Amino acid sequence: MTELLRVEDLKVHFPIRTGGVLFGKYTPLKAVDGVSFDLRAGETLGIVGESGCGKSTLGRAILRLIQPTGGRVVWMGSEDITGLGAEAMRRKRADMQIVFQDPLASLNPRMTIGDIIAEPLTVFQPELSKADRKARVKDMMAKVGLLPQMINRYPHEFSGGQCQRIGIARAMILNPKMIICDEPVSALDVSIQAQIVNLLMKLQEEFGLSLLFISHDLSVVRHVSHRVMVLYLGKVMEIADRDSIYAEPLHPYTQALISAVPVPDPDLEKGKERIVLGGDLPSPMNPPSGCVFRTRCPRATDICAQVVPPLEEKVPGHRAACHHWGPPGHPQA
Amino acid sequence: MTQDITGGAQRARIIEKAAQTSEEVQGRSLWQDARRRLFANKAAVASMVVLGIISLMALFAPLLSPHDYDAVYWDYIAVPPQMENSHWFGTDANGRDMFIRTLYGARVSLMVGIVTTFVALIIGVTYGAIAGYVGGRVDNLMMRVVDVLYSMPLMFFVIILVVVFGRNILLVFAAIGCVEWLTMARIVRGQTLSVKRKEYIEAARAAGVSNAAIIRRHIIPNVIGPVIVFMTLLVPVVILVESFLSFLGLGVQEPMTSWGVLISEGASQMENAPHMLIFPAIFLAVTLFCFNFIGDGLRDALDPKDR
Amino acid sequence: MTAVLEVRDLQVRFSTPDGEVSAVNGVSFDVNESECVGIVGESGSGKSQLFMAVMGLLAKNGRALGSARYRGTELVGMPVKELNKIRGDKIAMIFQDSMTSLTPHLKIGRQMTEVLQQHKGMGEADSRARALDMLNLVRIPEAARRLNQYPHELSGGMRQRIMIAMALLCEPELLIADEPTTALDVTVQAQILELMADLKRVTKAAIVLITHDLGTVAGLCDRVQVMYGGRFMETGDVRSIFYEPQHPYTKGLLSSMPRLTEDRRTSLYAIPGQPPNLQRLPAGCPFQERCEFVHDRCVAELPVLSEARPGQDKACHLVSLQNPVTDPTRASIPVQPRADRPAAVA
Repeated sequence: MTELLRVEDLKVHFPIRTGGVLFGKYTPLKAVDGVSFDLRAGETLGIVGESGCGKSTLGRAILRLIQPTGGRVVWMGSEDITGLGAEAMRRKRADMQIVFQDPLASLNPRMTIGDIIAEPLTVFQPELSKADRKARVKDMMAKVGLLPQMINRYPHEFSGGQCQRIGIARAMILNPKMIICDEPVSALDVSIQAQIVNLLMKLQEEFGLSLLFISHDLSVVRHVSHRVMVLYLGKVMEIADRDSIYAEPLHPYTQALISAVPVPDPDLEKGKERIVLGGDLPSPMNPPSGCVFRTRCPRATDICAQVVPPLEEKVPGHRAACHHWGPPGHPQA
Repeated sequence: MTQDITGGAQRARIIEKAAQTSEEVQGRSLWQDARRRLFANKAAVASMVVLGIISLMALFAPLLSPHDYDAVYWDYIAVPPQMENSHWFGTDANGRDMFIRTLYGARVSLMVGIVTTFVALIIGVTYGAIAGYVGGRVDNLMMRVVDVLYSMPLMFFVIILVVVFGRNILLVFAAIGCVEWLTMARIVRGQTLSVKRKEYIEAARAAGVSNAAIIRRHIIPNVIGPVIVFMTLLVPVVILVESFLSFLGLGVQEPMTSWGVLISEGASQMENAPHMLIFPAIFLAVTLFCFNFIGDGLRDALDPKDR
Repeated sequence: MTAVLEVRDLQVRFSTPDGEVSAVNGVSFDVNESECVGIVGESGSGKSQLFMAVMGLLAKNGRALGSARYRGTELVGMPVKELNKIRGDKIAMIFQDSMTSLTPHLKIGRQMTEVLQQHKGMGEADSRARALDMLNLVRIPEAARRLNQYPHELSGGMRQRIMIAMALLCEPELLIADEPTTALDVTVQAQILELMADLKRVTKAAIVLITHDLGTVAGLCDRVQVMYGGRFMETGDVRSIFYEPQHPYTKGLLSSMPRLTEDRRTSLYAIPGQPPNLQRLPAGCPFQERCEFVHDRCVAELPVLSEARPGQDKACHLVSLQNPVTDPTRASIPVQPRADRPAAVA
C-alpha cells in the first residue's frame, strides 16, 4: 500500500501567558508533543485518547488549520507540507478534508445545504457550470443518503445525523484521498451513530479513502479501524493494528482504557475487574517528567520519572512507549 | 422517508409530498423565520406603517400642498392653522406655509438619516470585518485608529468643516458619517470575533476557501443581524444630530429647511405662534419613536437564542 | 418491597409557538427501595423531562399531567414551598453538566453546608463536618482544602463527585441521576461508576439512572425501562432486557452498538430513520416508522405496555421477535390515525 501521510515528531505548543508585568512570561501548553505515525492509502487509523490528549489538535495541525510548532507532515511520500505557503497549501486541500464533531455548528446557518456542499467545487473547479455543479451536489447527496430534493433547505431544518451527512458530502465532493474525522459520531444518538459509521465505511470502500478516525469511543474505533493509535497528553502511548491492540494491549494506559469502557453486557460488566486509574489528568502546561503517564500508572517506578520511554516495537507490528510494558501482572524491567 | 424536525405539521406534509415526487423543496431560511417574528410584533408593524406614510408624504410633498416651500405670503404672516388658503399647519414668521415646509424638512431629515447610516454601514462593516477577521497586530492598529477618531469631538469637527467649506447640506452628511461608522466598525469587529471561532469558518478554511470569500460569504451574513438592529437605532440618532446642527445654524442653507431648523425657529416664537414649534416637533418625535420600535422589533426577531 | 416513587399515567406537555409538544405520553412505573432503575432512551424519548416533571423543574411553558407520588404524597402540582422540603432532602437529583449545576461564585463548602442548614437545621460547624465526611465518602483527595475552593478550580471528575456528595448529604431516599457520566472521559467515568456501585451497597437510597449509554446501565442497574417517543417500549430486569430483548427497538439498539469484543468488520445493524419528531408523533406506536416488523395494526392501534414474559413487559403487537406476526391477544388502544399522515406500509 502506498504511503499517503507521514507525520514525523509533530509538535504543537501554544504559548500561554502566565505572568510577567511588562514583557509577559509565556509557558508553552504542549497540546501535541512529538507524535509520529504514517497512514497508507485505503486504511483507517483510529486515534483514541481522552480529553487533553491532543487528538483534535493533531488532526487540525495535519491539515494546517493550526500551525505546527515542530516536526514534519509529509504528503504522498515526498512533499513536506509543514512549511508550505498559504496559497500552495490551499491547493492541496482538495485532497485532504475534515468532518467535524458538532454537525450543526460546522454548517453556515445562512447558506442552503446545496451551497454548502457546492462550496469546495466553486473553489477548485470554478469552470463548472451552475447546472453541472448542481448535478454533482445532488449526486453526492444521494450517495450519503440525503434526498436530493432537499437541496434548497437550511441546516437548522435537519436532524443531527442528517447534518453530519451534509458535512460528509461536503468533505467528499472533491473526491479527496484522506478525510480526518474528528469525533464524527460523538454528538449523535446511538441509533444514528451506526448509520453514520456504516456510511463512512461504505464510502471508504467505494472510493478507496483513507480515514483518520479520531474518537474517545473505543468500541466505535474498534469497529472502523485497521490500526489504532493511543494518545495521552500529547504523546503516543501505543500504536498497533486493531486486533493486537484490543486483544493484547501492552501499555498500562491502553489496558486501563479498554477495561474502563462500559460494555452493554450485565454479567460481564458487573463481574468486571476494572482497572481504575487514580488521580487526575496533569496539566499540559506542566507535564510530568519522563513518562507523562507515570502520575496515574499502577506500574510506575523511578526510571519512569527520569527517562522518557521511547516508542519502539516491542512485539512485531506493535509499538508501545513504556518501560514496564506487557499484559497486566507481567511487568517488564 | 425523511422527517422534518422543525416547522410543524404543514412543512412536514410538504416534505413528505416532495419525497414522493422529485420536486425540490424550498428551504425556510433564518431570515424568513425572523421576518415572520417581526411581522407578528404589532408595535413594529404599526411603526413601519406610520413611517411609510411619513416617507410617502415627504416624497410626494409638492402634490399634497398647493404651496411652494419658499413661497412667501405677506397676508398670512405667522397665522395659526386654518383652512383659508390651505395653511393646514399655519405659517411661519416669514409667511411661508408650515405644512409644506414640514414635509420638506422631513425629506432632508430622513435623507440625512438614511443615507448617512448607509454610508456608515458600508465603511463600518468592511473595516470591522477585516479588523476582526485578520486579528493580531492589524486588528490592534485598526482599532487604535478608531479609538483616536472616536475621541474627536463632533462639534469641533463640524465647525472646522463649516469654516473651511461654508454652510452646506453635504457637510452634514460627511460630518455625521465620519463619526457614526466608528461605532459600526466596533460592533462588527466584536461580532466577527465571535463568529470567527465557529466551526463552519474552520470548515471553510479546510475547504480551501480564500479569506476574502470567507469574509464575504460566511462572516458578513452572520454578523449582519446586530448590525441591522444598530442601524435602525442609529437613524434617529443621526436625525437628532442633524437637527441639533441645524438648530445651531450649522446645517442646511436657507430657504431649504429641516426639522431642526423648523424647531429652532419655532422655539423662538413659542409664546405667540406655538404651531410653528408643535408640528415639526411632533413629526420628529413620531419618526424617532417609529425607528426605535422597529429597532426593538428587529432585535427580538433576530434574537440569537433562536439561531 | 415498598415503593418510594409511584408514577401513574404521567404526561408532560410543552406549549411552543409551533403548537403543543408532548414530551411524555402517559408512563406508569414504580421505583422501590434500594433498587437501581435505568431509564434508557435517545433524544426525543422524554426520559429527562419525565423526571424534571417529578421534581417540579419543568420550564415555564411545560406542564405535567397525571400523578407522581413520593411515599403517598402527590408531587405533581405541589406548591414550590412544599416541594422544596422534599427536593434536596428526600429526593435528590444530579445532572450531566456539573459545571453549570454548581454555583460558580460560591465556594464548594458553602454550597454544601447551605443544603444541610436548609434542610436539617444544622449549625455551621456541624454542617461543615458532615460535608467533610461526605467528601471523604466520595473519595475526594484533600477534602478539607476542597471545601474552600471554587467549582472552576476542580476537574470535571471531581465536580461530579461533589455533585454526588451534595446529593447524598441529607441521606435521600431517592437519587435521580440524569446522564451523570456522559460528559466525562472514559477513565474518569470508570471512577464515578465504581463509586456509584460502592455507594449503592452502602446507602439504602433507590437510584434512578437516566442515560442513553447501555454500558453504564448494564453495570449499575437492577431494572431497565426503555423509552421511545415519550412512552415505555419495554421494561424488565437487566439481564432479560440485555440477553432476551422483546421489543424491536431494544433489539435494534443493542444490535447497533459496536462491541469492544467483536472481531468482524462488517456493517453494523442500523435502525433506519430519524429520532422522533415530538410535534408530529404518529398516533399509533411511536416506533412504527423505524420498525422492521411494522404492520397496519401498529398504525391503527397504540400498543399498551403489558407482559411479554414473567418480569418483562413490552409495548408491542408482535408475538415475539422470532415470530414477528401480530398477536391479537396483546392489549392495545385503537387510535384515530392523524389526518395529515399517510398510512404506513405493511
